[in-house]
Amino acid sequence: MSISINRRQAFAVGAAAVAAAALGQSITPAFAANNIDEMTKKFTGGATPIAGKVKLDLPEIAENGNTVPITVTVESPMTDKDYITDVIVLADGNPNAGIATFHFSPASGVAEANTRIRLANTQNIVAVAKTNDGKFYTASKQVKVTIGGCGG
Amino acid sequence: MAAASVRPRIKLDKKEAKQGELVEVKALVSHIMETGQRKSADGQVIPRKILNKFTATVNGKEVFSADFEPAVSANPYIQFKFKATESGPVVLTWVDDDGSTIVGEDSIKVL
Repeated sequence: MSISINRRQAFAVGAAAVAAAALGQSITPAFAANNIDEMTKKFTGGATPIAGKVKLDLPEIAENGNTVPITVTVESPMTDKDYITDVIVLADGNPNAGIATFHFSPASGVAEANTRIRLANTQNIVAVAKTNDGKFYTASKQVKVTIGGCGG
Repeated sequence: MAAASVRPRIKLDKKEAKQGELVEVKALVSHIMETGQRKSADGQVIPRKILNKFTATVNGKEVFSADFEPAVSANPYIQFKFKATESGPVVLTWVDDDGSTIVGEDSIKVL
């Protein structure tokens, strides 16, 4: 549900940017519209990911946007015939949507990774997972950020 | 092998594992992860300098890898698991934007 809202918002902001550009006004892209839709499309090749199987573990409220712990787990047997190949993590409110892409194989045993990320402000984090047979699953979560983490 | 002065901290949750058991790896490396978004006092953009690629191999075979964007925090931390199938060195490699690499090593014994 929240994903469709992001997309709509991202699209609306993008459309506004195009309109502003057409009118010859300059607008700063940072913190307004980022490339999350583009990045998602590039990852899925245009396919619409199905909600589910992906679990995003992030704090509800991040005191410090400079280092927010994130764990991504994808349900999968991780056998030679059925496994997760890649998981991309994106944010809709950072200057650039990309955060990290994790690459797994049956040798990973489990599709799970944890890192620490920067978040500029309160925004949605989206993870999209790709299976070896080309299916896409997704999850998203909003994180409220008290102090932004992109320097100034 | 530039940036040899940087020593990653690597921790495996076990030294010995049974065949097929999952081994958890935690690794931390010192790096500024400059985003390319910040400006210095005189208004110049500070150029991006991050570790953009991470690879983990066990006995020479890749078990996990990751691509990092500037949104990964300074002194990047990464935690992942692998399935123990053979004994050997666990080698972690980070690649800097400037092409240099940071390499750390541990080992696993499969019983």
